[in-house]
Amino acid sequence: MPATDTSALLSIRSVTKRFGRTTVLRGLSLDVAEREFLTVLGESGSGKTTLLRLIAGFEPLDSGEIWMAGERLDTLPPYRRNVNTVFQQYALFPHLDCFENVAYGLRVRGVPKTEIEARVQDALAMVKMTSWTRSLPAKISGGQQQRVALARALVNRPRLLLLDEPLSALDANLRRQMQTELKSLQREVGISFVFVTHDQEEAMAISDRIALMRAGTLEQVASPEEIYARPKTAYAASFIGQTNLLHGQVQGGRAVVGSWEWPCSQPDGPATFSLRPENLLLASQEQPGNGVVRLHARVHDQVFQGAARIVRLQCEEVTLTARVPASEELRENEIFVFSPDDAVPVKDHHAGGQQE
Amino acid sequence: MNGSTRAPWLRSYALLVFLFLYLPIAILILYSFNGGGIGGFPPKNLTLDWYRMLWDDRAIWDSVLNSVIVAAFAVVLSLLFGVPAALALDRASFPGKGLFRRLVLLPLILPGIITGLSLLMLFVAAGLRLSLLTIALGHGTALIAVAVTEVYAGVLKMDRGLEEASLDLGASYWQTFRRVTLPHLRLSIIGAALLIFTLSMDEIAVSFFLVGRENTLPLEIWSRLRRGMTPEINAISTLIFVFSLSSIVLWYRIRTREEGGLVEAQVLEPQSHGGNI
Amino acid sequence: MYTRTYKTAVAVPPLLWVSTFLLLAYLLLFLHSFWSVQDGQIVHHWSLSNYRTLATQPLYLEVLWRSTKIAGAVTLLSLALGYPLAYYLSFYSRRKMLLYQLVIIPLWVSYLVRAYAWKTILGSDGVLNTLLQYVHLTDAPVSALLYSPFAVILTLTHIYTPFAFLPIFAALEHIPRHLVESSSDLGASPRQTFWRVVMPLSLPGVIAGATFAFVLSLGDFLAPLLVGGSSGIMISNVVVSLFGAAYDWPLGAAVSLAMLLLVLLLLWLTESLEKRWSHA
Repeated sequence: MPATDTSALLSIRSVTKRFGRTTVLRGLSLDVAEREFLTVLGESGSGKTTLLRLIAGFEPLDSGEIWMAGERLDTLPPYRRNVNTVFQQYALFPHLDCFENVAYGLRVRGVPKTEIEARVQDALAMVKMTSWTRSLPAKISGGQQQRVALARALVNRPRLLLLDEPLSALDANLRRQMQTELKSLQREVGISFVFVTHDQEEAMAISDRIALMRAGTLEQVASPEEIYARPKTAYAASFIGQTNLLHGQVQGGRAVVGSWEWPCSQPDGPATFSLRPENLLLASQEQPGNGVVRLHARVHDQVFQGAARIVRLQCEEVTLTARVPASEELRENEIFVFSPDDAVPVKDHHAGGQQE
Repeated sequence: MNGSTRAPWLRSYALLVFLFLYLPIAILILYSFNGGGIGGFPPKNLTLDWYRMLWDDRAIWDSVLNSVIVAAFAVVLSLLFGVPAALALDRASFPGKGLFRRLVLLPLILPGIITGLSLLMLFVAAGLRLSLLTIALGHGTALIAVAVTEVYAGVLKMDRGLEEASLDLGASYWQTFRRVTLPHLRLSIIGAALLIFTLSMDEIAVSFFLVGRENTLPLEIWSRLRRGMTPEINAISTLIFVFSLSSIVLWYRIRTREEGGLVEAQVLEPQSHGGNI
Repeated sequence: MYTRTYKTAVAVPPLLWVSTFLLLAYLLLFLHSFWSVQDGQIVHHWSLSNYRTLATQPLYLEVLWRSTKIAGAVTLLSLALGYPLAYYLSFYSRRKMLLYQLVIIPLWVSYLVRAYAWKTILGSDGVLNTLLQYVHLTDAPVSALLYSPFAVILTLTHIYTPFAFLPIFAALEHIPRHLVESSSDLGASPRQTFWRVVMPLSLPGVIAGATFAFVLSLGDFLAPLLVGGSSGIMISNVVVSLFGAAYDWPLGAAVSLAMLLLVLLLLWLTESLEKRWSHA
């Protein structure tokens, strides 16, 4: 998807945000399409929550603009924005019961009583919380609070829903269940979700697109499949899934890493390649096809993972990780191969790599 | 170390301190029923005469009414400025904030006489005639300190995410203040109000300098003490004691109900709130 | 998230009120101390003559010194009563919160009532004297009880002991109990644990309690009037008479400023002490 799409619902344009002397966001631009489930993924401190708070209107921008559906958004106070947020700790009003929590947004806007009644009941039904209407937040479980927080935001029919690590307080099983529910809920209501998380597995499972953030800038914005198969940077490659980073050179159309070589269309210079563990294959599995790169490896250690085995290999000077079927018996010395197509050239900020 | 060591000496000492704290009050109450007058051991002819006398004492009840008016005014005034001041101390940054904080709290720390005198000079310079109004203005101003400390503690305990959630859901700042902030500060505000009311009812050092023709209750008692003691004063003191006690009980009732019986070590502490304000 | 309008709305009204009614008032006190009285009128002549009077006439310094001594005695007594009480409640009592309330309740009881109670006890035909005669310890009333510095100290100690108690109790409550346990685990006797662990950790509370007791009793003028007599006169009584009968507001302002200075000095001292100890 292009970086500035005129049909985008939300358009963040060169936004910079500082807190005192620290710059949290550096000229960041990002578009969110209608009905899109976009996940902002990043480590803590990457600026992802700040980005969310700028969209919601809790902090002013230092420079840049935010537009939504053709209107300037960043100049409006939070309560004039057609955007709602599900907070990390839910922020349910402890003095109001579930019904009144959900009704809050409608009441402050002066929606007629009968309509409030109907819409709140619908919203609570949508998240399966109708039997808890009159319970105070303190009396229901974390997962249930989560649902009420969702209903409280969605009942206002926002154009855009912001979710700030809403699942981080739930235990693993509940979290997986809620991921599925969130995804289908988003399809059902048909509005755009911007979901912030630090959990890459969650991001992969739930999103249409992932915006990977690092130190206040976007590392890569792409679908989960693309970002996994074609990471643009060494950081993206290693943050999302596991990978091997090969540092070498490109010379006259050939990549050279140690004694291994393969054809490569990159311009000459130092280069880094990302090679996923599952793309390192045992030579015995591979028919002696053309163009594969062969490496002699000494097997260091193995970790059994059910269907697969994670193997650490010593190949010449480098240590590589491979994933092999658990059924394979490994000897101390094996020959592994990989296809040059699977060695994805990535930009490496630290190694000063070229590419792009 | 609890339980195993009973510390009998320490325990007896603590008991003596309690005696020291309570014996004078007990004697005061006892002698309000003493037919034999203010002193004399043992007390004799237990009677309700002094209470009857008190009942018919117009001047005392007028001063009680004055005190209630002053205290009510002081509660409103100090909360009116104390609540925003507590929010400002937490949320706004402005030049002189540190000075402002110290200044607001000063009446709590300084001897009441200094605040009383300063206010007297201010009112005289402004050409205000001394009256109940000047006392009420004085109490209201000095007791902002109590409102600020109590409410500020409440503000600190509040989850800021709640106000963000409210704004996010479309409530304006004013709606957020009324529907989220105030309900959260309710307990602190009620606590502050009770404390301010009680302190104002009892205040004498500041009132002493700001009084016009009409006395508050403590000043009325004071002027009678100068003339001589009668058990009638024991009687009104006993009533004040009962009143203070019931306002504590009231406070605990409110807290216990609000917090579902979870009242723990956190209690209303007139700790930093000096006796003469 | 709070806009400029919000911050202005909450900060400006209290700021205006407090600057008018407190800052201006305290400033006026300061200004008065440099003025003087001529023919019953306050004249705005700037001079240090009030301070000169203060420094040269022994009366003022004597009273100030006596007030300091009385306040010091009250402070020591309040600590002597308040500390063991707080220690007992915090470390040994099973009904800690109930007893804590019992200490607080007298704070809610009128100051005047408590001072008056002592007057009825100590008077020449008061409860104590008649009791002493009743049990034939004396034949004639002991007149030294009332109207003496002793009576003032006793009354003020009664009034301010809870004030000294509160911060000490709070400090003791904040001492993690595992520190006490590890101290005895390391072989310290209860007495050693108290002096080496509990006492040092509770010192900030002691300082705070002592400050309350000292400052509040130093500025007291009602208890001395009620139970002190002429020998129990304190500095605030001098101020009161200067503002009343003597009608010399400027001199009165100077005397209160001297007292204020003493108080601020003390507050500054304890604040820096507390800071140093909380770093340690």
